[in-house]
Amino acid sequence: MDTPAPAPAQHDLGGNPRFRCTPVEPDADGPPDDFGKRVDALRVVLREKGLLTTDEQRLNIESLPEAEYFGLTYYEKWLRAIAAVMLAKGAVSWEELQ
Amino acid sequence: MAGYEARPESVALLEKLVAALKSRGIVTEEEIALRRTIAERANPETGARMVARAWIDPEWRAFLLRDGTAAAEAMGVSMKGNPPLGVLEDTESVHHLVVCTLCSCYPRAVIGYPPHWYKSAAYRSRAVREPRAVLAEFGTVLPAGIQVRVVDSTADFRWMVLPMRPPGTEGWSEDELTAIVSRDHLVGVSLPQAARKVSHAA
Repeated sequence: MDTPAPAPAQHDLGGNPRFRCTPVEPDADGPPDDFGKRVDALRVVLREKGLLTTDEQRLNIESLPEAEYFGLTYYEKWLRAIAAVMLAKGAVSWEELQ
Repeated sequence: MAGYEARPESVALLEKLVAALKSRGIVTEEEIALRRTIAERANPETGARMVARAWIDPEWRAFLLRDGTAAAEAMGVSMKGNPPLGVLEDTESVHHLVVCTLCSCYPRAVIGYPPHWYKSAAYRSRAVREPRAVLAEFGTVLPAGIQVRVVDSTADFRWMVLPMRPPGTEGWSEDELTAIVSRDHLVGVSLPQAARKVSHAA
């Protein structure tokens, strides 16, 4: 009953004090750049073909090393996750991505 | 904090991945282009119109609150492949604010691409801890006595806010009302104002 709660996972940011003093930037509201839009479009195409689920993508984003989770841009994280799922399913080879 | 520019190695990785998928016949450039066009076409005006109609038509309001997904479909938006959409009704005593603390879940089909701030660590962590401070950073100060209810969107369920109809909009048409509802109102970080309207030639 008094067992301390385990530390939240890195993606579980709700209430995380680390960003307590970081202001939200309401002006950072533009659309994604060309890269981001292309990653997003690829995600949907793969989803429609049954090769990628939201949860597969999410799990791979959440599993990124902390430095990447907080250092990569949003769509860079998506790309890493999509590439990981495609590799795991043998849809592409490691060599092809080098 | 992460910037917003993709690194060159990420751009290269994307092209290698796409080239590999294309060479194996898994995707085509046309399919990617089509999906991009559809995503770019999705924009907050859909959500805004769903709200404006709810301000005018009680039956639509009830439908919207009961089944946001069906309401979006009725607006001509395909919700196939998207998680269910719920709609949160603001009242005289409760204001809703939507966040996704775990990732960045957002009803793209009816609001479009999420803005950078919605996906930021600051918004995700602080919206649930000090929502009024976050609202203030958007210039939103709620009257005393209004409760703030923060709702977490997830990978399995997305939320949108149905804000209160602002005073001074009596007799306005659906188009006029749609024009004063923005993405930020649908997320709950600010409130629609009658003053933002440009013309009233009904």
